[in-house]
Amino acid sequence: MIAVAAGTNRIDPYLIPALDGVAYGLLVFVAASGLVFCFGVANILNLAHGLLYAIGGYTAAALLDGGWASLALALAVGVLAAAAAGVLLAGLLTPVATGNHLSQALLTFGVALAGGSLLVAGFGPDNPQVQVPAALEGSVLVAGHRYAAYRLVFIVVAAVLAAALYLVVRRTRAGMLVRAAVDDPEMVACLGVSPARIRAGVLAAAGALAGAAGVLGAPIIGPGTGTADTVLLLSLVVVVLGGLGSMAGTLLAALAIGEIQTLGVALLPSAAPFLLFAAMAAVLAVRARGLAGRWRAA
Amino acid sequence: MRGEVIRRVRGGIAALVLVGLVVAPWVVDDYTTAILSRTLALALVGVSVALLTGVAGMPTLGQTAPYAAGAYACAVVGSRVSDVGVVQLAVAAAAGALLAALTVPLVVHARGVIVLMITLAIGELVVIVLGRWRSVTGGTDGLAGIPAVRPFWGLPALADDQARYLYALVVVATLVGAVLVLLRTRAGLVLRAGRDDETRLRASGHRVALHLSGAHIAAGAIAGAAGSLLVVAQQYISPADFGFDTSALLLLGVVIGGTASVGGALVGAALVIAVRDWLFGVLPGHAPLVLGALFVATVYLLPTGVNRARGRLRPPGAPALQPDQPALHEQATVAELHR
Repeated sequence: MIAVAAGTNRIDPYLIPALDGVAYGLLVFVAASGLVFCFGVANILNLAHGLLYAIGGYTAAALLDGGWASLALALAVGVLAAAAAGVLLAGLLTPVATGNHLSQALLTFGVALAGGSLLVAGFGPDNPQVQVPAALEGSVLVAGHRYAAYRLVFIVVAAVLAAALYLVVRRTRAGMLVRAAVDDPEMVACLGVSPARIRAGVLAAAGALAGAAGVLGAPIIGPGTGTADTVLLLSLVVVVLGGLGSMAGTLLAALAIGEIQTLGVALLPSAAPFLLFAAMAAVLAVRARGLAGRWRAA
Repeated sequence: MRGEVIRRVRGGIAALVLVGLVVAPWVVDDYTTAILSRTLALALVGVSVALLTGVAGMPTLGQTAPYAAGAYACAVVGSRVSDVGVVQLAVAAAAGALLAALTVPLVVHARGVIVLMITLAIGELVVIVLGRWRSVTGGTDGLAGIPAVRPFWGLPALADDQARYLYALVVVATLVGAVLVLLRTRAGLVLRAGRDDETRLRASGHRVALHLSGAHIAAGAIAGAAGSLLVVAQQYISPADFGFDTSALLLLGVVIGGTASVGGALVGAALVIAVRDWLFGVLPGHAPLVLGALFVATVYLLPTGVNRARGRLRPPGAPALQPDQPALHEQATVAELHR
């Protein structure tokens, strides 16, 4: 923030959008990290990733009633349902030859199309209202501005989730397996870990992450007919910006997207439609070769 | 001998299809003719997808981006500057090529599934821009009331669906012919060889990235021209015409047609679009469900439909689907180039 030096008055009107950007960015991070796993570990372009998020979102809309218990229930159901959908997807993908990316992409797109249609059939074509727990419904004062309490809490929860994810990937055996599968899938297969099982596990984990993001983020990117597309696109841009190398890259990319979508729109309203595009083009143009090299190896 | 027979049968079928396409507007009603014109435009986009996916080995989900650029450029020129079809086509193709040229740095160094992902992101971002850039694109309402096009200076405007259809047919036939001729040249051979064995081609001093960039821009121009045909066919465009589902449908059509085959791409794309239009007609509420199931079923039924594009799509070291034949074919393309 260069503007900080210029005094608080200049940055004051942009404080709330910037905070919103953090909430948005962390939400996109949790959703996109599932896609990064799919992509990096299983080497699958999962076009149904947005659907997994939407499952969580619709679960939240259906179950939340303003109490804490309903939030816990929605989180459990949403995560389980989305993870189950991920496993189902892995099952559908099993007969498709490994490395046959076109078929995999088309199959996951078919699942996204059919699943989206089922969600609309089940929950109706209107965007459902999401009720946050009553205790978080109000707003709190942040540096003299009113800010939705839910979003503030969401920032904390998502940050905890991100830290937990980091620890799991860095410190546990499952995380080690995931990192090993990114680096050298054949060696992992030689060590006796079935690639099919890794794929199922990764898609389940991706589903769980997307489902959790969907439930917790429902008040921010709410369930609706366009949700799946929006989340898929934002996650893809995160992958493009952040690469597949590190979680820090993913986090930075997600936060950048959050800020572009909120602070960027507040600062440059006329250029708003092009900002996301420009960011992607700029990052890719600068590090195209390095990125491609890394990806080709992945 | 057998190859000769197959070639003749294929030629015969192509001629029959062409005759059928020419007489079609007098056989079916006006509504179907209008739908057919739009299908022709989409089939032409399918050809550009095949050019990238099958011939150049860059699987794409983003050809709707130059398609949209061409369509909007044509709509703006058609409403404000000129109603001459050739001018509109040229402007649309230039717009598509320009957008493709701008996105070259994003895709040219990537391969396989990464290209799918980046092109998908580009396509979706273009749709978002179309929805928000209201002063030029009319936002999500789209642009309507585009005046009827006259194919050439001095010719009458195309007033009915039959005339618009025939105009689209002539343009598609010309462009597809041009693509087929282009693929027979050395440039086409280098593209295919680069798809099959990039390392070897690079080692022998060919500038693969340059050829890929050229193919990407050419495919953008074709998709842009197709956008102009969409404007002529519908006289109305909105961001919904260029969604992600259109890209996926076209890719499915191209895969059904056998990725590297231009004729196959035309037929496959037309077939898939026709099935979609028909499904949305008969099953208004559940069409996406059935369409999604058809996607899954098609992938299972056509496990080898993606063979030709396999060279780049396979991660290094993964087993080939059919180890013998395609390997021979690959060597043949590269060897032909070196002869």
